Amino acid sequence: MSERIVGGVHEARVHDSAHKHVTGAAVYVDDIPEPARTVQVHIGQSARAHARLVRMDLDAVRRAPGVVAVLTAADIPGVNDLSAVHAHDEPVFAVDKVMFAGQALFAVAAETRLQARRAAALAVVEYADLPPVLDTDTARAAGDLVWPIGRMQRGDAPAALARAPRRLQGRMTIGGQEHFYLEGMVALAVPGEDGDVLVHCSTQHPSEGQLLIAQVLGVPSHAVTVECRRMGGAFGGKETHANLFAAVAALVARATGRPAKCRLDRDDDMIMTGKRHDFTIDYEVGFDETGVIKAVAMDFASRCGWSADLSGPVNDRALFHADNCYFYENVRLACFPCRTNMVSATAFRGFGGPQGVVAAERVIEEVAFALGLDPLDVRKRNFYGRAERNLTPYHQAIEDNIIHELVEELERTSNYRARRDEIRAWNRTSRWQRRGLALTPVKFGISFTMTAYNQAGALLHVYRDGSIQLNHGGTEMGQGLYVKVAQVVAEELQVDIDRIRLTATNTSKVPNTSATAASSGSDLNGMAAQAAARTIKERLTAFAAARAQASAEEVVWLPGRIRVKGEEILFDKLVHDAYFARIQLSATGFYATPKIHWSREEGRGRPFYYYAYGAACSEVTVDTLTGEHRVDRVDILHDVGRSLNPAIDLGQVEGGFIQGMGWLTMEELWWDADGRLRTHAPSTYKIPCASDRPPVFNVRLMEGVANREPTIHRSKAVGEPPLMLAISVLHAISDAVASIADHKLPPRLDPPATPEKVLAAIERLRASDSGGAP
Amino acid sequence: MPSVSMTVNGKQVGGEVESRTLLVEFLRNQLGLTGTHVGCDTSQCGCCVVHVDGRSVKACTMLAVQAAGSQVTTIEGLARNGQLHPVQAAFREHHGLQCGFCTPGMIMSAVDLLQHNANPTEAEVREWLEGNLCRCTGYHNIVKAIMAAAADMSGHAKAAE
Repeated sequence: MSERIVGGVHEARVHDSAHKHVTGAAVYVDDIPEPARTVQVHIGQSARAHARLVRMDLDAVRRAPGVVAVLTAADIPGVNDLSAVHAHDEPVFAVDKVMFAGQALFAVAAETRLQARRAAALAVVEYADLPPVLDTDTARAAGDLVWPIGRMQRGDAPAALARAPRRLQGRMTIGGQEHFYLEGMVALAVPGEDGDVLVHCSTQHPSEGQLLIAQVLGVPSHAVTVECRRMGGAFGGKETHANLFAAVAALVARATGRPAKCRLDRDDDMIMTGKRHDFTIDYEVGFDETGVIKAVAMDFASRCGWSADLSGPVNDRALFHADNCYFYENVRLACFPCRTNMVSATAFRGFGGPQGVVAAERVIEEVAFALGLDPLDVRKRNFYGRAERNLTPYHQAIEDNIIHELVEELERTSNYRARRDEIRAWNRTSRWQRRGLALTPVKFGISFTMTAYNQAGALLHVYRDGSIQLNHGGTEMGQGLYVKVAQVVAEELQVDIDRIRLTATNTSKVPNTSATAASSGSDLNGMAAQAAARTIKERLTAFAAARAQASAEEVVWLPGRIRVKGEEILFDKLVHDAYFARIQLSATGFYATPKIHWSREEGRGRPFYYYAYGAACSEVTVDTLTGEHRVDRVDILHDVGRSLNPAIDLGQVEGGFIQGMGWLTMEELWWDADGRLRTHAPSTYKIPCASDRPPVFNVRLMEGVANREPTIHRSKAVGEPPLMLAISVLHAISDAVASIADHKLPPRLDPPATPEKVLAAIERLRASDSGGAP
Repeated sequence: MPSVSMTVNGKQVGGEVESRTLLVEFLRNQLGLTGTHVGCDTSQCGCCVVHVDGRSVKACTMLAVQAAGSQVTTIEGLARNGQLHPVQAAFREHHGLQCGFCTPGMIMSAVDLLQHNANPTEAEVREWLEGNLCRCTGYHNIVKAIMAAAADMSGHAKAAE
């Protein structure tokens, strides 16, 4: 008998769909064979960013070839609202007023996709333009916020700023980011009897989709089933923004009695769906001559777009991470979620957290330049303490701090100090090219700050032949959630993983699930699946014990079998016998994260169950004539606790880093003065490609750091935190630019650090250094 | 409507298509070969790469009628007798995928590269892949997989000599 199961926890397993991915057999929503009589749906969009809708004449659309139905707000049987946060500000189809260019006005269903698109173009829409609000200052001045101001404070920041030996202030902007999941938004709705509808949808949140579709159709949730086997990438973009297309497909299915598919093409996807929030941050810092921060005050204003969506919690998470790894003796933070006439900004890997961390690192850089210190020394001087100086701006004490040892290890293994000296010397001899180096840390809080979301369910069936079917509320978007949760079940029942079949996430199997988001997928669903497996295991143990007239303690679970009173019984046989003894072989499991609570009104609580840590050291070369840069080397050390699957986790770290690098250095969203997004295809919006990845890329998971909290096998969440490791690239570019003025002046490089921005910073430093105006 | 016939994955296929029908539409909608994905609709992301007469082509940038009479290979036709192509096997073993959406195009591009450059350098692999976008992996394991496949294939070639 084997002494170890195949596919248990902590094993580096390939992705459960890997074989299907490499053979083209993996089925995405658009690959599902279309049922007979399926109609294709196209959504007619607003051409204006802000206007009254004077007239919408759709007669020509209705008469166009192939058109089966045209639906507007008047055709919605239930409620014309998709706000996931009950802000009631997100109509499916616009009524009276349009709030952004690309807003849905109507839907056309036709026999073919091309017919639907062509028909939609025949709509006659008359607008009375209103001035679009496109910046945070205007929105703040008008008091037009999508969510109330959020505040966190500890100590007395204004007083401490006033008495600090040194004091600095500034403003920075941080760009947004398009998700650019390779699979665009898609939903296929199939009508059933009694008004039922089954919606196959590429979504991170099937339960929310179900709830909102039901609301739009005016039916109870039990009439709507949402299913998602896998997504071709999501990154937060399919948390709430998949709902519109699912709801429209369901509406068309209901109205026509025919299956309806809505698949967006890339340009429509980029125009109609939300992005990472961009921010403008006003900061002030007080510090002493050694670089210790005494007080920080920061105002975060973001362009949230036309509706609330998730902007409240996104802005809050920016504040939650405005400390990064640093203790602020006195702190006052505020966020202003501004309404702008743009597509609604939404969740994106990190959910506001990365913007908070970028701001924290800017403050560190300011202090370092003001004092002529190495930024890494300023960072280390301000790290949270282990037992003291460990209170966050939201009054949660940090109990699991490992940033000191993590950064020390990376500083050593990346050879930071020696390379820094070498680079400084090299720069003195280089006329046009400059190199830069930076080592930045990350601390990221794990849990949904909306406490209720921290729950999960699972459903486990063991069949008479010993095969196992597993379902849970988490969705698979490539992150390897399914394989990790299967590993948990394999471990619990001591069976090889091949015995376990994962089934598509489906609201009729596990109800009331949370979004697969906030990096929480395996933490929550792993625990829920483990609970279900334990229930089965306990029943089987009790059965085997009773039959052998033994105690439960005498039943020992071994790989593929149990042993009781010296007799070994194979799992198959045990299950077979248990069935005939009428033992229930199906179980649900449930998990709710303990310890957490949060009051937004008081700005106080323990929103996070634990923290994940990491650090990266990046080296770049900047061409000072063009502003272009190249990333030469990156060293990463990241904390995932005891990894459930190191291969999957390393992939998350590598991919997150490159995605973060794209955000901070090359991806630039551009809206024109009329509020139209002009970067809506890969031709104008550049994400990293294979040649952008650094030639030297050393990525390691930190060893010997089990999660202090009893998470699933002491692992830690890994989805979002690595994105912020890329802040080291931004600061390495900044370091290279700073060499222009001999590291005496801060480059204040606002991301994305595009060649234009880098060149502007170089010119500014050159002018200042030669005595010109700063 | 014009009728078109070609050889796809070794099988003679044909049908009536509109003259504007793209090769990718013909493969996906008429032949049900959905392993070839549509990512950007505009010939930039590379999710739809297939081989036409042995060379990689973005199937959303070619009309079905242009492929008439050609030999077309899609991701579904790469494995032989149930045996994965070495590049497929390497992508699976070296975790050169996450969501899997870019994977078929990525593999078809890589196979073409190795057909005319059996031992590429890492830099050559990276440059070759510039027309294939991946948003999940950061390309790290994709490049690793292709290097491993190249080593594996040239090893086999040497062993056969």
